[in-house]
Amino acid sequence: MPMTDILNALVLLSNFVLVPGLAYGSQLALGALGVTMVYAVLRFSNFAHGETMSFGAMVTILMTWVLQERGVGFGPLPTALLALPIGILGTVLVCLVFDRFVYRYYRRQKAPPVTYLIVSVGILFILSGVVRFVIGPQDRVFADGERFILKARAFKELTGLDQGLAIKTTQGVTVVTAVIIVALLFWFLNRTRTGKSMRAYSDNEDLALLSGISPARVVAITWIITGALAAIAGTLYGLDKGYKPFTYLGLVLPIFAAAIVGGVGNPLGAIAGGFVIALSELLLTFAYKRVIAYLTPGDWIPDGLVQLLATDYKLAVSFVILVIVLLVKPTGIFSGKTL
Amino acid sequence: MGFLSGESMFGGYGGADILQGCSIGVEKGEIAVVVGPNGAGKSTAMKAMFGMLSLREGSVELDGREISDLPPQERVTLGMGFVPQNANVFTSMTVQENLEMGAFIRRDDFSATMEQVFSLFPVLAEKRAQPAGELSGGQRQQVAVGRALMTQPTVLMLDEPTAGVSPIVMDELFDRIIEIAKTGIAILMVEQNARQALGIADRGFVLVQGQNRYSDTGAALLADPKVRKAFLGG
Amino acid sequence: MSPNLRTVVLFAAMAALLIAVGVIQSVHVALAIFNLCLISAIMTLGVNIQWGYAGLFNAGVMGFAALGGLAAVVVSFPPVPLAWAVGGPRAILGVATGVLAVGLAILTWKKMRGSRRFRGWSAAAVAFAGIVVMRLVIDPAVEAIEAVEPAKTGFLGGLGLPIMLSWVAGGALAALAAWAIGKIALGLRSDYLAIATLGISEIIIYFLKNEEWMARGVKNVNGLPRPVPYEIDLQQTLWVQELAVRLDFNVVELSSIIVKLSYASLFLVVLAVIFWFSQRALKSPWGRMMRAIRDNEIAAGAMGKDVTWRHLQVFVLGSAVIGLAGAMLTTLDGIFTPASYQPLRFTFLIWVMVIVGGSGNNLGSILGGFVIWFFWIEAEPIGLALIELLTLGMAQDSALRLHLIENAAHTRLATMGVVLLLVLRFSPRGLIPERSK
Repeated sequence: MPMTDILNALVLLSNFVLVPGLAYGSQLALGALGVTMVYAVLRFSNFAHGETMSFGAMVTILMTWVLQERGVGFGPLPTALLALPIGILGTVLVCLVFDRFVYRYYRRQKAPPVTYLIVSVGILFILSGVVRFVIGPQDRVFADGERFILKARAFKELTGLDQGLAIKTTQGVTVVTAVIIVALLFWFLNRTRTGKSMRAYSDNEDLALLSGISPARVVAITWIITGALAAIAGTLYGLDKGYKPFTYLGLVLPIFAAAIVGGVGNPLGAIAGGFVIALSELLLTFAYKRVIAYLTPGDWIPDGLVQLLATDYKLAVSFVILVIVLLVKPTGIFSGKTL
Repeated sequence: MGFLSGESMFGGYGGADILQGCSIGVEKGEIAVVVGPNGAGKSTAMKAMFGMLSLREGSVELDGREISDLPPQERVTLGMGFVPQNANVFTSMTVQENLEMGAFIRRDDFSATMEQVFSLFPVLAEKRAQPAGELSGGQRQQVAVGRALMTQPTVLMLDEPTAGVSPIVMDELFDRIIEIAKTGIAILMVEQNARQALGIADRGFVLVQGQNRYSDTGAALLADPKVRKAFLGG
Repeated sequence: MSPNLRTVVLFAAMAALLIAVGVIQSVHVALAIFNLCLISAIMTLGVNIQWGYAGLFNAGVMGFAALGGLAAVVVSFPPVPLAWAVGGPRAILGVATGVLAVGLAILTWKKMRGSRRFRGWSAAAVAFAGIVVMRLVIDPAVEAIEAVEPAKTGFLGGLGLPIMLSWVAGGALAALAAWAIGKIALGLRSDYLAIATLGISEIIIYFLKNEEWMARGVKNVNGLPRPVPYEIDLQQTLWVQELAVRLDFNVVELSSIIVKLSYASLFLVVLAVIFWFSQRALKSPWGRMMRAIRDNEIAAGAMGKDVTWRHLQVFVLGSAVIGLAGAMLTTLDGIFTPASYQPLRFTFLIWVMVIVGGSGNNLGSILGGFVIWFFWIEAEPIGLALIELLTLGMAQDSALRLHLIENAAHTRLATMGVVLLLVLRFSPRGLIPERSK
């Protein structure tokens, strides 16, 4: 088969699987990082993380509107990026407040993990209600600036291929932001005294206390990092797919899937898991009809879509992967903390 | 009774008292070893002196100062180092990072101290970038001791440091401990391997049921036929 | 006050609240709330069996409730003969193939115990091949079935049996699913069990929303048959008309009230039966053993109790009750709406009921179901009234005020959260705590 056919097939896959997968994977990775940090340090599964992301996005959106009203823009990039620091600040504050007035009590009681989970459900309710009350439940599109970094038509003209590759600005922003944040986080955890003390606390709490590491400080920094990650992930997701409070509860499962698949408690695992889940979702629900048509000699086109699972089953894919990993190798790819 | 001493200690983990009025002490540069049968309260006495459990009665003094009410973290800042029996290293962190965490409370440049630890335990220098969890039992113990030494303590307390290691490793460990004592640090050690431990001890305490049974120099205890018969297998 | 007196007082207060709603708002609203309270109470009893008896956190309540609703459709809806003709058997074959594929994959996994490296990939390969085969078998059938009058049916229909049978069927279906899920997931630690059950219930809902040939998916199945008379029919009957005259009620209203009361009496009977069984189980040696395991699993295991098998029993029983309630709910609604099964409304709200009512105590569960459902519904008018009060100072048509009033309903989410947190903190054993034996 000619080279152009192979290239066309590759472009098709890139456009519908690779590029969206990288963007979605980055969003999941950032979300999973937040979950995994709480799990590693505070040792519980935070069901409220999706709503925390929603809250962060909400604050960013409100600030974005303020900026947009004043005619402030960010050129080709979304104005929301300028508003993001405020979103981060708001989310971090909320996380710290909830820790001080809710979670801290249970740490002192040495409550079992399931109690924290139920508590996080209560916080989930509160954040849900607050977000919907403040910004309303409807769809909000707040991305502005250039829509595309690379338009499909421009690509076709450039390469002369039939298939076009389009890269949205929001997708590019997502991946770049994720890379920067992850790099920062890893630098913090591996090269700074405070970051190392957090890893020590997560590794062996008693020994960390013995070494003079302050638990209050570690906990506070954990919430600061988690809150920031939630705000960033929530905003990026909202920029890319539109903001609707309702969707964030549904993100809890893919995020937990990513964290657990990668190895919960391990930041590297959260990132790997994010991409594994995102790419699996897309690969398993993609209609391979045209790709196969390109890759087979002659003009043969397969009957039907050649789609293993219907597109609607996308999220089901992550749940199935999650359940399988929980049963088969609960420590995940990078061997995080186990049950 | 010594640079570090615990006098007439009564206490336990909440229920009945395990310690029934025992006294232990160690001088600077000295090696004091606490031995006795299982359940005698050896580890309990050590933990009480470090502040990991409260004494119902009795007191603990460091360099003449009463420290009975201080929490463990504060005793660390006063110059006490503690090497627990289990989970005494950060398994997911490298040897070097473990030592760095040992020095966490220090705000000054501790690279000189780290070099000292590396010269004391050369094998650690070799493996400084390896996660502590990947090391052998004996090497892990070295990391644990090195970690405790990073604060430049005046007293080092070790809870059964040779538990579960081979005889060769045990000898090596004891050699190191002697070297550490030579630098002027007071060493208080609880040990199950009574014979070998008493062999390097300047002072020995035999505890039975939370009380002092025999207290003398290590050599004297080793030579004492009563002690030998009861605890050292003749 | 003594525990018994406290219980009576709490229930009396609840009754007073319902009566107040009946007087202030309307009898219809009060009765509607009452019926859903009854169903919520039964669901809470089911969850309590799992949590209170065995400490299992089931975050998949909505999945089991949906299976109950599915049973209501499958049992009571009349069959669609044409659909059966064009694709019924083949569809069933397809499902069987799918189940077989999964079973074979699991078998492959187990049999290849020796070679750890390859068994994962082998099992995956078997599963993959199985799914492909299943798709080949079932796709044409599904297409054919869904093509039969898609606007009206487009699915296989049901068995055309009386709908109250579906209550039992719902329980059975949920129990079967719980058995399968339990065998897989019960070995996991508590919060992992929660995540797994949440995930599995989402898969179930996805399945129901997607497989239109089964239950019309998101097109919903309405017009489910009823166990009680229709209002229209009642309005025609003589005794109803006479009663309306005697009580000075509108005939239409009276018929509606009679329908609601009929449902209520049916539900009360079911609730009473379930409660009685639950109490018997709680006080039996079996119940005591379950709680002993819950309180000290390690010790129980050391004493030779098969903890996993006990957990499975409890999980299946509790899920059966949830499925039963789900079937009752769909019966009451008369419509099966897969999209209505949301984690917030089902799983998490029921959990608030369990915690607030008093985990481990059956009367507590019933009270919790009543109280929380009541406030869930009433929070809307109360919240609205509150917001209107707070915004009295603002201009009538200010955007802010309109926005606040429009979204007032959502405050009930926050209120529920606050209630849960307050109860967990200050009254963790709930309104009616577990009786220690």
